[in-house]
Amino acid sequence: MPLWLELVIRIGGVLAAFLILPLLVGQAEHKVMAHMQGRLGPMYAGGFHGWAQLVADGVKFVQKEDITPRAADRPVFRLAPAVALVPYLLALLVIPLGPNDLVGQPLDVGLFFVLAVVGVGVLAVLMSAWASANKYSLLGGLRGAAQLLAYELPLVLAAASVAMAAGTLSLSGIVEAWQPWWLLWQAPAMAVFFLAGLAEIRRPPFDMPVADSELVFGYLTEYSGLRFAFLLLAEYVGIVVIAALTTVLFLGGWQGPFADEQLGWLWTLLKVAAVSFVIIWLRVSYPRLREDQLQRLCWLVLVPTALAQLILTATIRLAL
Amino acid sequence: MTGVDVLLLALGAVAVGSAVLVVTTKHLVRAGLYLVVCLGAVAGLYLVLAAELVAWVQVLIYVGAVVVLLLFAVMLTRAPIGASDDLDRPGWPAALIGGGVGLGLAVLMVDAYRWTTVELPAAGTAERIGEQVFGSWVLPFEVLSILLLSALVGAIVLSRPDIGAARQATGDPDREPGRSR
Repeated sequence: MPLWLELVIRIGGVLAAFLILPLLVGQAEHKVMAHMQGRLGPMYAGGFHGWAQLVADGVKFVQKEDITPRAADRPVFRLAPAVALVPYLLALLVIPLGPNDLVGQPLDVGLFFVLAVVGVGVLAVLMSAWASANKYSLLGGLRGAAQLLAYELPLVLAAASVAMAAGTLSLSGIVEAWQPWWLLWQAPAMAVFFLAGLAEIRRPPFDMPVADSELVFGYLTEYSGLRFAFLLLAEYVGIVVIAALTTVLFLGGWQGPFADEQLGWLWTLLKVAAVSFVIIWLRVSYPRLREDQLQRLCWLVLVPTALAQLILTATIRLAL
Repeated sequence: MTGVDVLLLALGAVAVGSAVLVVTTKHLVRAGLYLVVCLGAVAGLYLVLAAELVAWVQVLIYVGAVVVLLLFAVMLTRAPIGASDDLDRPGWPAALIGGGVGLGLAVLMVDAYRWTTVELPAAGTAERIGEQVFGSWVLPFEVLSILLLSALVGAIVLSRPDIGAARQATGDPDREPGRSR
């Protein structure tokens, strides 16, 4: 296979995942939330159980007028949705789907790369918040930035623990080194990573920055039309990325009950779907954390747990 | 000129151009955003020079954390939208010092190396940097860690009047820090 063809196929695959997986998660969220609340959810669009609801939503968003408030800082305001989306697209590029380099771009320092680009997302929050020229937006953005900066620390520490256990920064290498008993001794790191990841994508119960009862919709307040859709899409790609990272780092990625070589991609996708389901489940079942509770959880629970896990990992690695 | 040279020049131009915008723009927050572009271009330079890990460290630390802290601080205090015409910093001393140092360093480097070609070392992978840092450079590394740790402890002591000696310096402890936009 010539180089360019391989490149086109890989990038096309990543783009397809980037466009399709968030829609599936979104539709699952509609349905799962509805059934957990004793409703049916969307039932009409597309005929069968409202499968085309999100497509219809997309068409609606495209038709809407793209409004930029007069007092806003135009270029920054218009650029922010792109800055929110691109980091997650880049992150999807290096997450392995299966063995034998079934990945957008195999990278030696894949874990480090993912953490670095996901950290850029906070810029989009600050940009959209400030450029909107709206006090609710700004309040939401400052909450968001404080939250993202705080939770980045336990996220990186928990990821460092698993990298230390596997002895590599390559995501494929981590999956190869993974063994089922890691579920046990890496469990605290997994919990910390998952919770910090939830906070990084500002999903409930960590959605203080967009708390609708006090801040309208936080830093998204002034957005409409396609740009609003992009910011929402960023949230759902974020779910996919966090679920995929949890899968790859802590749940063994493509390792399944049988036929890892042929069905590895299926095991990965199934695990990503399961973790995404848990993320949706948490949204339905937990109330929003208050701002001070949120910071307290991070600094007094997650960070010490992650540090203790690092010590445990180092000890066991040295003992083995 | 090879493709690498062109990339280096282009990224260098982006870095220098956005750096000039950082210090000349009258929009406070945009200055911070230009700084993001500048540091990102420097990360790109590292990538072109095959120092992969350093490039991503640059993105993680400088773009993802340092600039964000800076923007955060600006937005907490004063971040007007539009140009701030009341900025009364005199530009010429900074221009003199910055331009002088830049020019001096450039002359020094050009004079020192002239047309010598240097073989690039093997790519800066995580493994090689780890070996170097924890091998030949382990002492400076640990000394730096202690320096950072003491700075951290110092910052905590200074910011908490209930455990430090800063009580008289803050004046009225009940006073809310002024927030004006």
